[in-house]
Amino acid sequence: MTHTVNDPVLTVEHLNMRFGGLLAVDDLSFDVDRRDITALIGPNGAGKTTVFNCITGFYKPTEGRITARHEDVASFLLERMDDFKIPKIAKVARTFQNIRLFGGMTVLENLMVGQHNPLMIASNYTFGGIFGLSGYKRAEKEAVELAKYWMEQTGLTARADDAAGDLPYGDQRKLEIARAMCTKPKLLCLDEPAAGLNPRESEELNKLLLFIRKERDTGVLLIEHDMNVVMGISDHIIVLDYGKKIADGTPEEIRNDPSVIAAYLGVADEEVEEVEHEIEEGASS
Amino acid sequence: MITVDLGYERTVLYFGGFVSGGSLMEYFLQQLINGITLGSIYGLIAIGYTMVYGIIGMINFAHGDIFMVSSFIALIVITALGLTVSTGLGLTILALILVLVTSMVIASVFGWTTERLAYRPLRGSFRLAPLITAIGISIVLQNYIQITQGARVKPLQPLIENGYTLMTRADGFTVQLSNMQILIITVTIILMTIFSLIIAKTSLGRAQRACEQDRKMASLLGINVDRTISMTFVMGAALAAVAGLMFLLYYGVIDFFIGFVAGVKAFTAAVLGGIGSLPGAMLGGLVIGLIETFWSAYFSIEYKDVAAFSMLAIVLIFLPQGLLGKPEVEKV
Repeated sequence: MTHTVNDPVLTVEHLNMRFGGLLAVDDLSFDVDRRDITALIGPNGAGKTTVFNCITGFYKPTEGRITARHEDVASFLLERMDDFKIPKIAKVARTFQNIRLFGGMTVLENLMVGQHNPLMIASNYTFGGIFGLSGYKRAEKEAVELAKYWMEQTGLTARADDAAGDLPYGDQRKLEIARAMCTKPKLLCLDEPAAGLNPRESEELNKLLLFIRKERDTGVLLIEHDMNVVMGISDHIIVLDYGKKIADGTPEEIRNDPSVIAAYLGVADEEVEEVEHEIEEGASS
Repeated sequence: MITVDLGYERTVLYFGGFVSGGSLMEYFLQQLINGITLGSIYGLIAIGYTMVYGIIGMINFAHGDIFMVSSFIALIVITALGLTVSTGLGLTILALILVLVTSMVIASVFGWTTERLAYRPLRGSFRLAPLITAIGISIVLQNYIQITQGARVKPLQPLIENGYTLMTRADGFTVQLSNMQILIITVTIILMTIFSLIIAKTSLGRAQRACEQDRKMASLLGINVDRTISMTFVMGAALAAVAGLMFLLYYGVIDFFIGFVAGVKAFTAAVLGGIGSLPGAMLGGLVIGLIETFWSAYFSIEYKDVAAFSMLAIVLIFLPQGLLGKPEVEKV
């Protein structure tokens, strides 16, 4: 039995991504539910980040279709959109494995950059803003409110006016998520959010992600190597190996899937049972 | 007489007769005022270089020619309005605001168009490609003006005369602050403040700074990077138009080639101040203006450019990032 997706926020169908002779993603199809935390896992080089890059417009897929759906049945074909329209219109946000904050800008400014589009419209593309029209002031106030809300949720309120580049590593990770949330996404794609975090920070991250799913009506798709995070909070796991989907299901199912264990331990298929046996023995002793 | 040399001669002539007066405090003060005026004009142009470099890492060699075009636009509008020195001061100022706005708008269209036609299609190409098209655009603009407006210098009778005598020395040397200089310095301060506030406080400014640091990430937050870059060119061209009008009013003669010399000086100012830094461009403009003026006043007018460029070389040897620039950090 596989995990059923009733209300997909993202549908990936027959995605292929080819770089010269290398097929990085091979006929991949999966759904991400609006109310789930979905994890995309797999050994190094399995093509996870490539999938993310296709979803967020970094790469144009060689073949396949990627659809984002909103509650109001509006749907968007991401592979055909300009990259800046993916967050702006299709409402898909992402973070990176290596942190990409605007280091020279303050924490608050980073969060305000995330709200660029509503502010530009409210300020009549800056001209109204210069002349201090009231609509702009209201929009600016709302933007600051939303930024403050996310600073509170991530515990960064005290550092609002510090340069983002001066924050400790764990806080930078949180700020990246907060900034992505300021774009009011329907789907949040996180590329290894727990990388480099200590156990306490990783625990805080889990809480933040659960909060986002529960309170903010945002689907979460994450790539993660930290099994503590993956097994602890995901509702749905998709496993990739060499660009192919090898498993798709609940954490419980994935934990016991022989092909997943084989992929992670790098053994041939016929040895899988042997490995499984060893693991069970290890667990019972 | 009309001076064909577009250097500093005219201003010196303006105060001519007193120059031989000596090197005392009053003389120094007078040169300081002149230097700040000239520096303001350089600073306004330098901002356009520094902003474009900051956001796409390219030197827009056509920027000086946008400045030149805008001074012609200003001259045409002034002539069309029939402004002369006998027009009352209030009316003159009102008309000059109209001239300023018109030439800012038209120069912005020029700036936007060059970016759209010559630079955007080459984005993502190798680094030198847009640099070469920039030189091409510069030649195109120069020839366009040369053909449509003629190659000869265009004079404009002074519109704003008089001024204040700040000090008078016993031998008759006076320290003058002309109305024209007051106008240039005030307008420069106002516009630089407005533009700094746009960069610091508005969403557009934040988007520009975000694009400067990480264009790809900015686009992933929904920022239209191409439009933000276009806006940078528009803002730079608008400031160049301000400088164009000021230059026209101050020197009273323009031709199709002024963009080259002024552009090179302003570019020097931007590098001296630290390219990519807005306050750096303003400071660099002032420093270049002051060096030129003092060198002309105390040593020789012929070598004023040598002095300015030598200063650049010396600063860059000891401070490669310029006066206010951030040290280059290698990105991983």
